[in-house]
Amino acid sequence: MKAPRRPPEPVQVIKQRRDATLRALVEGVPYIRYLGMQFERKGDELTGVLPFDQKLIGNPMLPAIHGGVTAAFLEVTAIVTLSWTYLWEDIESGAIDTATLAAGGLPRLPKTIDISTDYLRSGLPRDAYARARVNRSGRRYASVHVEAWQDHRARLFAQATGHFLMPQPRD
Amino acid sequence: MATKTDIARQFIEAIPHSKALAMRLTSIGDGEATILMPYDAKLVGDPETGVIHGGAVSALMDTCCGAAVMSHPASPGGTATIDLRIDYMRAATPGQPITAHATCYHVTRTVAFVRATATDADTGNPVAAATGAFTVEGAA
Repeated sequence: MKAPRRPPEPVQVIKQRRDATLRALVEGVPYIRYLGMQFERKGDELTGVLPFDQKLIGNPMLPAIHGGVTAAFLEVTAIVTLSWTYLWEDIESGAIDTATLAAGGLPRLPKTIDISTDYLRSGLPRDAYARARVNRSGRRYASVHVEAWQDHRARLFAQATGHFLMPQPRD
Repeated sequence: MATKTDIARQFIEAIPHSKALAMRLTSIGDGEATILMPYDAKLVGDPETGVIHGGAVSALMDTCCGAAVMSHPASPGGTATIDLRIDYMRAATPGQPITAHATCYHVTRTVAFVRATATDADTGNPVAAATGAFTVEGAA
């Protein structure tokens, strides 16, 4: 005999929990705020957004976005997406405590081991977008690929692959 | 006449993002460059520990590698990053500046190869290492 299925939660309850978690992951980090990065969420899919700003310029003659900014944008998108994927089950089950998150009680985040960035074309002085795919996430290590584009989704201006150390349970 | 090193220095110091991060070129010439980035609370990646975000270290490494390429005797002028890999060996100590040192160890007509390390006050124990390939621009 099957156990009776739990009725689905009201949409605003689940949205509140998802958005509160995402907000904590993004707004708790000074460097993400400094770059002016934001995240858009559709279900569990995240898109990193980097609105253009003069302080992001690396080559004033072209002008082009600084290669270091591009690398940082990809790395932040990879870490936030990986953390989000890691926390997803707890968000959905309600095990995550959104009140603690809102008070700045950030969950422990994965740490970058290495990241390799390919610069495919120069970053133009306009908004940039990035999405990451977690290719493997084990108990200790994870491998994440991330792609960034500006005007055309299919015309990437940069991509990166990074390896990350997963947070270990506190002891 | 402005030397290649002078031009490279002017170029590096005019980069808006490098200025925003208060990067200071402390030495440059013959394919080597050293750049210092002061500690700043706005660059923190982990608010619990105050450790600087890896992304800011990437920006420092990229700038320093580009400067090393531009100062190489065989480099005719500008450059752009083709790829850059960064290994993070340990967290930088909060409150300390980070210094990157880059060496452009080989230049062909089209590609420049670079390695770099970043250290805090504990100079014998690097925070990060980088290897990259850069374009050689301005060649006939």
